[in-house]
Amino acid sequence: MSVLNAPGSAPARSAGRPPSMGGNFSAWSNRHRKWLFAAPAMIFVGVLIVFPLVWTLYLSLTDSQGSVRAATDFIGLQNYLTVLSDTQRFWPAVGRTMTFTGVALVCEVVLGMCIALLLWRPFRGEKWVRVAILLPLVATPVAVGMMWRLIFDPNIGFANQLLGMIGIPPQPWLSGQDTALGTTIFMDVWQWTPMVVLILLAGLTSLSDEPDEAARVDGANAFQRFFYITLPLMMPTLIVAILLRGIDALKTFDILYATKGKGGGSFNEVETLNVYAYGLSFDYNQYGLSSAVLILFFMIIIGSMWLLTMRKKAVSK
Amino acid sequence: MTVATKHQASAASPQAMHRRRKPLPTRLYKVFRVVALIAVVLFLIAPLFWMLLASFKTNVDIYDTGKALFFSPTGENYANVLQRNNYFVFIFNSFWVAFVSTALSIVLGVPAAYAMSRFTMHRSALVVLMARVIPGVSLLVPWYYVFSNLRMVGKFEVLILSHMFVALPLIVYIMMSYFDSLPLELEESAQVDGLTSIGAFRRITLPLSVAGIATAGILSFIFSWNNFMFALVLSGSSTKTLPVAIFDFVSYASIDWGGLMAAATVVTIPIMIIALFTQKYIVSGLTAGATKG
Repeated sequence: MSVLNAPGSAPARSAGRPPSMGGNFSAWSNRHRKWLFAAPAMIFVGVLIVFPLVWTLYLSLTDSQGSVRAATDFIGLQNYLTVLSDTQRFWPAVGRTMTFTGVALVCEVVLGMCIALLLWRPFRGEKWVRVAILLPLVATPVAVGMMWRLIFDPNIGFANQLLGMIGIPPQPWLSGQDTALGTTIFMDVWQWTPMVVLILLAGLTSLSDEPDEAARVDGANAFQRFFYITLPLMMPTLIVAILLRGIDALKTFDILYATKGKGGGSFNEVETLNVYAYGLSFDYNQYGLSSAVLILFFMIIIGSMWLLTMRKKAVSK
Repeated sequence: MTVATKHQASAASPQAMHRRRKPLPTRLYKVFRVVALIAVVLFLIAPLFWMLLASFKTNVDIYDTGKALFFSPTGENYANVLQRNNYFVFIFNSFWVAFVSTALSIVLGVPAAYAMSRFTMHRSALVVLMARVIPGVSLLVPWYYVFSNLRMVGKFEVLILSHMFVALPLIVYIMMSYFDSLPLELEESAQVDGLTSIGAFRRITLPLSVAGIATAGILSFIFSWNNFMFALVLSGSSTKTLPVAIFDFVSYASIDWGGLMAAATVVTIPIMIIALFTQKYIVSGLTAGATKG
């Protein structure tokens, strides 16, 4: 009950306490509407998100495997030691997660910025370009994965036909041990660059024209105006875009699992941390080990988010 | 530059001479811009178009690279997918799960977002938004534990609950930035006129928030429709959603490409049609909160 009287609810009480607490439900609910409104969602989140997290933490300290009904033993940090010393699957997966996220993010932000600048000023046919930008964004990732599987098929795919027209020999794409990760990065760039474009475009349209105009009057050319005026002003929006896209890129699962299946292919060539953790849990039922991987993965995500938020605060000043 | 301008001016009609001519780099940029925009559109649309084409081809035609663009279209793939593979059931499942999880999330999320926005409950908001960051697998393991012990895996209830973990934080996030932008004065004047604060929320704020709720609802529906991982683990044979159904399509030895592309088209087309009609909302939802500090 003491929570309900938190200082935040002061505005509702400022009219003065009604004489009686009981009986008058309407007055009571008005006074406590802050928690009345927020509580259901908070409880939902608490029970079904915070509790699983705590449970994952607990599982990561046990040898749980096989059946979910099997008895488990507490084994301390053993799972973490196993995972952290695993140079066969875990560390390569960390590397692939970082490569996937890093390369995809750089491509998406650079391409996204270019496309957003192209779209910035109004033009004829703008409506159609906007539709084209929206379509990849809403397409079901699994279906997108299947679509690219056909396009990148080494024998019948459109990608190799296209390369053939300009005289480049066919590539193995998804089925190649070295090319698979790059191909999945390409898919991610295709699907999510539009997201970056939309965010950056919203940022560009909210910019005031004055600094740009002033620089133009002073004789700055387009490149100078972009690098010295627009880009610094866009920095906070850019970091938001990187943050949102980065979190999702780290957690990419659908297109990887849809194109390469269990374990990220027979040589684990696209096995990122998320795919690895999923495989440990639901293909091999190693719940204890996978929980340890997940906790480490979660720490990586939180860590990178924290770094970016710090950067954003520094930029905003 | 002046030479070029003069040269252009002499060729132009008398009326145009009154207007100031754009300098050459600007005109070059315009040409470049058109070319670049066409390239962008092609890059984004061509793969989808290819998928659509393949869905109307027989498997023999798909293997024949000479028939890339010109072939005699067949509806056989769609007939197979919809009838033999029971896709109507999966379409219904996907729709039902997306619809119910979105509706429930709106009921829970909108008042919560309102409270968090009006009382600046930053820490509570952070807890809800955490859900956007947590990898889905780390939620799935405990849920799977609990729900399989309750023997509930494969039921709609479980699937809907799991989709709400994506939908609820999304709706809270979008609605918070929407309520932040609604002026407080409207509610205050309603309260001066005698409405209670909950009354003001119900009669003034909610009707004004229809656009925001539509935005949040549409996005949440799309995310739920597209969700793959939760349904992969938590759905059973009778509650399977479309993304899982497509995934199962390729677990056989040889891939029926025509059928697969028809199935992929069946999943993406409804969502794209929704997106076309609600474009404005989707864009505002996806970019909500991105441009302010």
